Order: sequence, then structure tokens, then C-alpha cells
Amino acid sequence: MIQAPDLPLWAAIIVGLLVLLGAAITLIGMIGLLRLGNFYERIHPPTLGTTLGMACILAASMISFSVLHSRPMVHEILIATFVMLTTPITLMLLARAALYRDRSEGSKIVPPDLTAPPAGDEQNRT
Amino acid sequence: MSILILALAITMAQILLALAMGCAAFRILRGPRAQDRVLAMDGLYVAGMLLLLTYGIQTGRTLFFESALVIGLLGFASTVALAKFLMRGEVIE
Repeated sequence: MIQAPDLPLWAAIIVGLLVLLGAAITLIGMIGLLRLGNFYERIHPPTLGTTLGMACILAASMISFSVLHSRPMVHEILIATFVMLTTPITLMLLARAALYRDRSEGSKIVPPDLTAPPAGDEQNRT
Repeated sequence: MSILILALAITMAQILLALAMGCAAFRILRGPRAQDRVLAMDGLYVAGMLLLLTYGIQTGRTLFFESALVIGLLGFASTVALAKFLMRGEVIE
């Protein structure tokens, strides 16, 4: 299926390169999610897709719509700010939850909690 | 000429993003623990959002942009809710 917007050549090359770059970076991140060893290593690679991959594809979308409508269309900034604000929050919450679960099971791969109160006192734990 | 270049690049990018979604789906199926599955679902949401954005570039319609925005919002809410569930055992205390 050959379908694409009718852009001038320079814009087509820029948009094509940015889209390919963003998709390749996202794929690299997901391959990292598939291959790395434990959860605390795996939590890092998907952020490739949510920062640089998303930025490349959103820039391509902005250039494409701006050239197509011959006026600046930057509504993609909404997605960019939203995802860049929320990704650290979700991943830090998830990492804290995983750390809590691993510690409560006494797993060997996480370091001990040095700030925890000595024994049996669960009140002060955040 | 420029249409051909752009169509090839966008189709390649869609194939790459579909492979990325496949990797994330495989991790959801296989992931040894619940937090791996939640992380992979977050990645699946992001890759799906980017796939919708490439469809938006391809067709030149802003409808896909709005659905990508909705997917981003829902991915954030669902991942936060699931992380809270893993931490506490319930979502709303």
C-alpha cells in the first residue's frame, strides 16, 4: 500500500529519516526489555522509546503537518510534555513496588534496607 | 518520488514498531513476575502510541493524534494503578 502525504523532497527526506530513527530506537529499547537479565536491568531500556524515540516521531509528525498545512501545527507538544512528565513517575512507582516485594520476600538480588527500623516495626516505612 | 521515499520509510517504521510491540507482548506472556508484566505493558502502550502517530503522518489526519493522546493518558493511569496494586494489594485505600 503506497500512501504518504505529498510533501516536497527535503521535507520527505527529513520526515522519513526521523520516523525511521524513532522506530528503530523504540525497537532497540524493546529488544533490551526482552534480553536483559533481571527486573532492575529491564526497567531501563523502555525509556529509550519514551524519550528519544517518541521525540523523533513527534518531530516528524510536527514537520509533516506544518509543511502540509503551510502553518505551524505543534499540537504534538501535548503528547511530548505529558509522556515526559509521567514516565519517570510510573517507572519510579513500579521500581519502588518491585523493591518492596523483593525485600518482603527476602530476595538475594536486592541490597538490604539500611534505613529500616530494626525489627517488627513497620510503621515508619514509606 | 518524494511520496515513494516517504511511503517506504513510514512502512518500514511501522514494521519496526510492530516488532517492538511483539517484543513487549512476548515479555508479557513470559515475564517471570508480575512487575515484569506491568513494565512490558507500559512499553506496549508506548509502542502502540507511536504506531498510531506514524499512521497519522501517513494519512495526514489529526484523528490518529487524538487517539494517541488518549492511549498515552490511559497507559499512565493503568500503570500507576497496577504499580499501586503491586505495592499495597489494593488500588484505592
